[in-house]
Amino acid sequence: MTGESAPDLKIPVPRGPVPVAPPPRPRNTVELTIDGRSVAVPEGATLLEAARQLGIDTPTLCYLENLTPVNVCRICVVEVENSRTLVPACSRKVEPGMVVKTDSERVRLSRRMVLELLASSVDVSTAPQFQDYMARYGATPERFGPPAPPAAAGERDAARPGHHHAPHGADAATVHQPVKVDNDLYVRDYSKCIVCYKCVEACGTDAQNTFAIAVAGRGFDARISTEFDVPLTDSACVYCGNCIGVCPTGALMFKSEHDMRQAGTWDETRQTATDTICAYCGVGCTLTVHVQDEKIVKVTSPLDHDVTHGHLCIKGRFGWEFVNQRE
Amino acid sequence: MDLHFTADEATAEERAAIEGCLAALSMHGNRRQYLLPVLHAIQGRIGWISRGALNHACRALEVPPAEAFGVADFYAMFQTRPQPPVAVHVCDDVGCRFKGGEALCAEMERALGPAGAGGAADRITWHRSPCLGLCERAPAALVISAGDPPRDQDLAPAAGEDLLRVAAGQAAPVADLALSVPQAGQAGLTLLRRVGQIDPTSLDAYRAAGGFLALRRAIEMGPDRVVREVIDAKLVGRGGAAFPTGQKWLGARSAPLPRYLICNADESEPGTFKDRVLMEHDPFSLIEAMTIAGFATGCERGYLYIRGEYPLATARLENAIRRCYERGYLGANVLGDGVRFDIELRRGAGAYICGEETALMNSLEGRRGEPRNKPPFPTQVGLFGQPTVINNVETMVNVLPILLAGGKAYAAIGTERSTGPKLFCVSGHVERPGVYEFPFGITLRELLAAAGGVTGRLQAILLGGAAGGFVTPEQLDIPLTFEGTRAAGASLGSAVVMPFDDTVDLRQVLRRIAQFFRDESCGQCVPCRVGTVRQEELLHRLATDQPFGSVEQELGLLKELGQAMRDASICGLGHTASSAIESALGRFPIFQDARQETR
Repeated sequence: MTGESAPDLKIPVPRGPVPVAPPPRPRNTVELTIDGRSVAVPEGATLLEAARQLGIDTPTLCYLENLTPVNVCRICVVEVENSRTLVPACSRKVEPGMVVKTDSERVRLSRRMVLELLASSVDVSTAPQFQDYMARYGATPERFGPPAPPAAAGERDAARPGHHHAPHGADAATVHQPVKVDNDLYVRDYSKCIVCYKCVEACGTDAQNTFAIAVAGRGFDARISTEFDVPLTDSACVYCGNCIGVCPTGALMFKSEHDMRQAGTWDETRQTATDTICAYCGVGCTLTVHVQDEKIVKVTSPLDHDVTHGHLCIKGRFGWEFVNQRE
Repeated sequence: MDLHFTADEATAEERAAIEGCLAALSMHGNRRQYLLPVLHAIQGRIGWISRGALNHACRALEVPPAEAFGVADFYAMFQTRPQPPVAVHVCDDVGCRFKGGEALCAEMERALGPAGAGGAADRITWHRSPCLGLCERAPAALVISAGDPPRDQDLAPAAGEDLLRVAAGQAAPVADLALSVPQAGQAGLTLLRRVGQIDPTSLDAYRAAGGFLALRRAIEMGPDRVVREVIDAKLVGRGGAAFPTGQKWLGARSAPLPRYLICNADESEPGTFKDRVLMEHDPFSLIEAMTIAGFATGCERGYLYIRGEYPLATARLENAIRRCYERGYLGANVLGDGVRFDIELRRGAGAYICGEETALMNSLEGRRGEPRNKPPFPTQVGLFGQPTVINNVETMVNVLPILLAGGKAYAAIGTERSTGPKLFCVSGHVERPGVYEFPFGITLRELLAAAGGVTGRLQAILLGGAAGGFVTPEQLDIPLTFEGTRAAGASLGSAVVMPFDDTVDLRQVLRRIAQFFRDESCGQCVPCRVGTVRQEELLHRLATDQPFGSVEQELGLLKELGQAMRDASICGLGHTASSAIESALGRFPIFQDARQETR
């Protein structure tokens, strides 16, 4: 920086908070290039939205339209010209002139690795899109070795931050552990948890404001937990089931579904989904009632519904058991 | 907020610890940010954090218990299960393990049983610890004794019997400064010039040795000139990322108010101890430098976030802050000139990741130390969502000579692109380990010679810490500058220079580094959370000759892992978790003799 062209540094010394005008809300359009095609999107849009506008299918796991992006799973990473690292499409805002690649070798390597790291450590058997993603990116999680045997109940909850047992070389560490069943409405199978933070967000400020669960532990021992791993029945949980609604892997599941899966009777090909309006109060939440063999097996709500955004309360979500009583 | 609590109640002692802490705090802003200080108070008094104690803290601070538990359970210094009141932490990291650390662990195991053993009914337990930042006096240990008041003492070099005596309640001996700063008292030093020469607890001694002259000059100059001098000095950050300090300050100046200043004193990079030495032996200089930085960037409030394992530095800084308030060097009217600047000292709690600037901000806010995605950068959206200037300790302290000598004169020191004096952390197999000050540009060979030379036959040198890389004995003519190390395919990082002699099994060094990253990953993003586990498993298989498939396949997989962590992780921890390992594999024939056939 030379003396003549230097910017004027004379800015008054602040002596206290001064009122700041709210930033303008521009609705300008931003133009950028994705995979060689140019696209114009509103300012403030994300790379994910811009890619979708071009019909590019970007894989996501921790992203959901009704939650604040946390960009932790990293499967949506894309390559942006002049960026040292890849960037998460779900949260990165578009900038004018950006040149983005969503299917370069670098992108494919990271996406494949994310899938392999998860599939080698987590049970992804009930994650709907996971198998498709694995095929698309040629993921072979077996190359990290056979999965280690499950931990005993409570063992992962007792991990000490900053300490772990040295690996022994024969297998790949996993989060496998017994299912937590501590109430009649839903189960928590943390062998299937990819720590995407969605349930924590739904339990917290993004939907329910109950704060019954949070991320505890650190590193590979990071996990979703109540305080001191107390049962849900001792926690702040109000059984709205919004955590189940956002879980991408089936780690959180209606007990009805879990029991049927255990019994081998769960069969989605024999299920119908019917939309209706919840009759419990005047809000008017849309319920999607899932029925198998003339019995309700679970209730969800459409993510794009203006009233619920996919979220319900205990009555809409779980208050249907009496319908199944025939007497 | 409508919070739900379990029926567990705090004991009288737990309540006293919490209330005492809250009474001593001058609360400012939202209450949640005081979660770490309150958890420290419980841990310090009792030795662990019970359900009742957590409930009581949550009621006082209006934090949901599940979230507070998630915070407590994130930090290695907080225990959420019954523990003995005394915990001995023995460093077994790369700096100590080959210099008596392993023998010390074995002695602790003989005397106290396996690491981590013991419940609340026992008196003492011990743990293996990552780098304690006392590498120049290896082997190092830290004794944390719960009580009223709690007492934390480090001991280095530590002998087994002495360590057990300190754990039993004896005072640890005062360390010999010459062991930490062999240059102390020499002429021509800038950053270390007061170290060992004045009483570090005395404000008057600091003043008599030229203290506060730079602050006075800064106020005469005005903030614009101060920023200009720092830009002219071409000062870049000393914490590892080498970002131009003047640019950061200039950027912050046009950001909305209020803005915050943070000094990053969470020095935890294995092999790094320079900031600790500055804070222990010249604490007032950091307070003065922070005040100048606050003045120049228009921040009225500064946070000094120091790593939890630095008891002496913490005590010296607390004293310095108190003295500065008493004498009008901090507060509503600094130097009687109408400038307001407050400093709050906060302790970390055992988490390397909190040295990452945005993780540090989350930690200060009473949250888990999880890094934030960037952009936005801290100068736009930082602490409490406000624009924030954050600088490392050594970076801050360099502002004093810049103002005293002028930016242009400062820029004449060192090289064109790495200006100024630099502190180097020399440890490992050298004759006289310690913090050394030289202008940027000294070669590795010259630095090692200044430290008395390598003991034994040199095998490899770790440069820049666990997030840095290894160089070979053939690379001793590397100039120690940001550009010089980069050109040699290495990185200066936090200026760690750690030679290993040929008795060291490099495979063990690499495994310890892999273990470190696995332990210190925050767990937020998949590439780092699982990648660091897989990296450690892979190195274990290679080191024990049990590869899955061929060694080539395993090395290929390791490389892919490294690339995914570097490309797709959220923060610098994941980006660099494989760098030292990959540099060693590229430069030393470590795993090439292993058998090649398929298992």
